[in-house]
This record gives sequence, structure tokens and C-alpha cells, in this order.
Amino acid sequence: MKQQGPNTQVPKCPIPAPPDALVRLGTSSPTTPATLWQIAWRQLRRNRLAMVCLGIIMLYAGIAVYAEGTYWYYRLAQQTAPYRAVDFNHRFADPSLNYPLGTDALGRDVFRQVVQGTRVAFEVGILTSLIAIPIAVLLGAFAGYFGRKTDDAVVYTYTVFDSIPGLLFIFAVNIVIRGLLTHTPSGQTLSRYFDPGVIAVALGIGLTTWVGLCRLIRGEYIKHRDRQYVLAAQALGVRPVAIMFRHILPNVLHLVIINFSLRFPGAILTEVVLSYLGIGVAGEPSWGIMISDAKIRLWQGRWYELGGATLAMFFIVLAFNLFGDALRDALDPKLRTAEAKTA
Amino acid sequence: MLAYIIRRTLYVIPVVFGVALVTFFLFHVVGWDPASQMLGRHASKDEITALRTELGLDLPKWVNFSAASRQGWTHLFDSQWFFYCKQIVTFDFGRSFASQQKISTLMLNGIVPSLVLAVPIFFIELVVAISIALFAAYYRNTWVDRSLVVLCVVGMSVSYLVYILVGQYVLAYRLQWFPIWGYESVKYLILPVLVGLISGLGGEVRFYRTVMLDEMYQDYVRTAFAKGCRQRTVLFKHVLKNAMIPIITHTVITIPFLYTGNLLLETFFGIPGVGYLAVEAINSNDIPVIKATVMVGSIVYVIASLVTDICYALVDPRIKLR
Repeated sequence: MKQQGPNTQVPKCPIPAPPDALVRLGTSSPTTPATLWQIAWRQLRRNRLAMVCLGIIMLYAGIAVYAEGTYWYYRLAQQTAPYRAVDFNHRFADPSLNYPLGTDALGRDVFRQVVQGTRVAFEVGILTSLIAIPIAVLLGAFAGYFGRKTDDAVVYTYTVFDSIPGLLFIFAVNIVIRGLLTHTPSGQTLSRYFDPGVIAVALGIGLTTWVGLCRLIRGEYIKHRDRQYVLAAQALGVRPVAIMFRHILPNVLHLVIINFSLRFPGAILTEVVLSYLGIGVAGEPSWGIMISDAKIRLWQGRWYELGGATLAMFFIVLAFNLFGDALRDALDPKLRTAEAKTA
Repeated sequence: MLAYIIRRTLYVIPVVFGVALVTFFLFHVVGWDPASQMLGRHASKDEITALRTELGLDLPKWVNFSAASRQGWTHLFDSQWFFYCKQIVTFDFGRSFASQQKISTLMLNGIVPSLVLAVPIFFIELVVAISIALFAAYYRNTWVDRSLVVLCVVGMSVSYLVYILVGQYVLAYRLQWFPIWGYESVKYLILPVLVGLISGLGGEVRFYRTVMLDEMYQDYVRTAFAKGCRQRTVLFKHVLKNAMIPIITHTVITIPFLYTGNLLLETFFGIPGVGYLAVEAINSNDIPVIKATVMVGSIVYVIASLVTDICYALVDPRIKLR
């Protein structure tokens, strides 16, 4: 994880007192103080850039859901989806009303392919998070809470994983998963229902990028382990697992959310590179494959295909990066104190 | 101090062992039979058997009990796992499946091109990124700083592929400033170095800027301002020196990756380094090469981080291995 630092987009006084806070102080009715999430949301909402980014992310998510829908619709109906429809009469068409981004070498609509690329990008982003975050949280929680031998074992494990160069490790996992999916019977059935490329890419990225978050979570659990609320829970005889996941986890969940929003763009960029190299998604329109196909056409002066995929990717990655930063500013209490004592 | 160094050095052994275990587990336990994966689906049974023997895949996975009971206990170690350990210790990973050359030779040949590309990028980027970060810190909380930050995030959000393709198309093909592809003279290296530099700059600048601004909030900076130091003095004399610690940590961590090189740059610009080797191996399903690059890359990383830690211990007496 990168070091926390002040960000210029944060307003100078991040926690405004709720207007009726003083009134509530005097009354005896039970009031709930603003939670971290409410404060963070309030701060986030005032950050206009972050809100724009959230809007863009929502828009892309909507497109991804739509693309998922069309994908499954045509798959279940066993028809050729419009984004795969080959039309040799309209090869290399220039952008027009019918084809907003023109067509490719097989006369397929580039714009529809870009839309489908969003689906693949979101699938990869979500799947990698679903793989990496549980590993990181589980190992980090056990290591930090129990300490001693458990801690040693987990620290050893992530030191080992951390020592393996990232992209090479992704390659290695990818090639092994690919072998399993194409050769074993269970892998073959699995890849009949799900895109084998997406599975291989997601497992490759997911299994190799959990170390950073795990280290953070472990550190937080070590800090929380000796806090009074944990001691109280222990004194009451709450089971360790319940303390770890019901009592402590909500207090470190913000790290998970920040990690998710910063991991997403990374996963998208990696997927594109892997697909480009021919070891990622295949057979379905992914941005990486589109860039790979469009590369040759670039030399002929046709930039729409490349431009479409690139811009689509650029905006979602940019939105996630900016939103992740804003989220980190809003959710990380450490940063808030740092912001207060400006030099 | 000596005790620390010895303990830290000994810690390398279990980590390398762990990496070997992880890669072995991945390729030999989880993975599908590499021989049939490498030969493709049209291979005959004999070919597969021959390749399996060559790769040592006909041996049992961990320990060879049957051979031990027949031919004496030394044959207990005739197994895939010990075969792999022997490969690592002797740095002899057998032959590449695609080119039939020795993998160790291929990797040694790749080191020079990789370094020739990676070292200039590394140093130029360090200097440029720190200068820009200082510049941003100097103008902190003004529009200059803010637009620089936005520019960095924008730069980070563009795919590496796009930098390479646009660089090749515009600078090499359209303007004909540089050759497009190849590894023949210094001229061939300028464009890849430039692309590598620009694509990495965004993240680096942002990181260094954060480091600098973190220092700006320290008490000693306030003291320096209070005693009447000028902005410039504070920035270059006080902040830069103190920011060196996180900067060095960050830099040293990236040094081992010089070895694995810039996979994509090497592939796109045809520079025959280790990264090129890895990508070629991926494309031709050359599992022994992949295994060897992963393993050697990890060993280089482990050793580099050992050297870093020892240097730290020499510099900073507070560090002790817990």
C-alpha cells in the first residue's frame, strides 16, 4: 500500500459537527453518533471530483450489467450476438450513425465490442477481488489476532509470496490454470460454463496480489488486539472467531474498501496486458484483444478501433484511481489528523 | 550487529525453500502434466513418455520409496521434488522445450540486454521523478501542484500498451526519429527507454510527492520555518534529506525487478532480455523456462532484499530482527 499523504482535494475542516449535535447533547433520548461511514460519506459527497468519478463508475457498472445480459441472452438463445456478427460487406467501415466507431477487419461493430469489453473488465476486477481479499483478510486476521506461531507462519507465507516477481508469477499461475482447464474433465466442464480466459486471468492476478492487503490487515489486528473493547469481549467469553470477525473486522473494513477500489483499475490494466499477450481472455471481445487486433490497423491509419478500446479503458481506470484516492482520504482517520496540523 | 546479519542471512534459506515449494506445488502438484501440455494434443504416447522421462516426470512426486527399498536408501531422493531442488542448487534447469538450448545459458544471455534497457530507465526515472516531486512540493496547495497530481493520475491510468503503440507509431513510424524494433545500437534503445520512463513517471512522482509532503508536516519543518528558513532551504536541506529514507526503501525494492526487466518493453521492441524470454516461453507453453525464470527471479529478489536490510542495519542502529 502506498504511504498515506495529505491530498489537496480534502477540505480543510473535514468533520463538520452536525447542526443539531449540541441540542442532542442536552436531551436524554438515545442518539447515535455519526459513524465513520456517515462521516466519510459526508466528506466524499462534498468532493465534487469524487462524485463525478462515482457517477462514471456507476455508468460503467450499468454498461457491464447490460453487456452481461446481452451476452447471456444470445448465449442461451444460441444465436450469434450482434457484436460477433461478421459482415464482409462492411469491413473497415468508417464511423457512422450505424457504426459509431466503425467496424473491424471482419465487419464487426467496434462500439459493441467496446461495450462487451466492459463486461470482461468488470468480471476480472470483481473476481480478482473475490479471490484476493478473502485470502488477505483471513490470513491477516488470524496472524494479527493470535500472534506467536500463527503469526510466524503467515508472515513466512507472505514473505515467500512477496519474493516472487509479480508478472512472472501471474504468468506461471496462468499457464498452470490454462492447462487444468483444457485437460482435466472438471476443468473442461467449468470452462463450458465460464470463460476459461477470465478464470485463468482472475486466478492469476488474485492469487498473487493479496500480500499487501494481508500485511496491512495484520498490522491493524495487532493494534486492535489489545484495545479495551476486545479485552471486554474476551472477558465476556466471546469466541475468538467472533471477536475477530464481528468485533474487530468492522474497524478495519475501510482498508478493504480502499484496497478494492485501488485494486480494480490495476486488475483491468493487467487483464488487458495478458489478453494482449494472448494468454488472457480469448474468443470474447476484450479491450486487450481489441488493442492487439487494432495495432496492425494503426499502421494503415485506422485509429478508431484502438482509440475506442483505449479511451473506454482510460476513463474507467482514471475514475477508479481518483475515486480510490478520495475514498482513502475520506476513510482513513490517520490522514485526517495529518491534515489538521498543516505546516 | 553481527548476530543480526547472520540471522538475516540465514533467513534467506527458508524463503528460497518456500519459493521452491510454491513453484513446485504449482507446476507439479496442481498443474496438469507439463509434458502433454507442452506437446499439444496431437502428440503420440511415445513422445509424451520420452518427454516425461527427460523432465523427470516419471519419478514419484516427493520421495521414492520403491526405488529406496530395491536399490538402497540413496535412491529415496530420486523424486521430482529432489530433482527440482538439484536443478535450483546447480543452476541447471535443463533445456528449453522450444529452442532446445540450455535454460541457464538463455537466462545468462538475457541479463545484459535486460540491464541495458532497465538501468537507464531506473536512474533517469529516479532523478526526474524526484525533481518533479520537489517542484510539486515547492508549489504545494497551488494550482501547479494540483494539476501535476491530476496529470500523474491521468498518466497512471493509460495502459502501458498504449504508450508503446503510440510511441512506436508516432515517434518511430510517422516522425522516423527512432528505429521501430531491434537491438543493434544505442539508437534502438532510446525509444524503449523513453516509453518506459514516461509510463512509469506518474506513479513515481505521486509517491515521492506524498513522501515529501508527509515530511512537510513534521515538527522539525515547523521549527525550521519558525527560525526563519526560506522555503527553498527547508525543502532542499531539511525535507529532501529526511525523505531519503522512504525514497531509498522504495528504490531498492525495485532494483531486483531490473533483472526480470520490462517484460512488455522487451517484447515490443525486440530486445532479447529475460522478459522477452519469459513472454516467448508463455507463448510456446515452455513450462521449464517459465519455472526457471520465476525461480531465479525470486532468488535475485531475496538476495537483493537481504543486501538492503544489511545496509539498513549498518546505517540505522535501531533496526533489529524481531
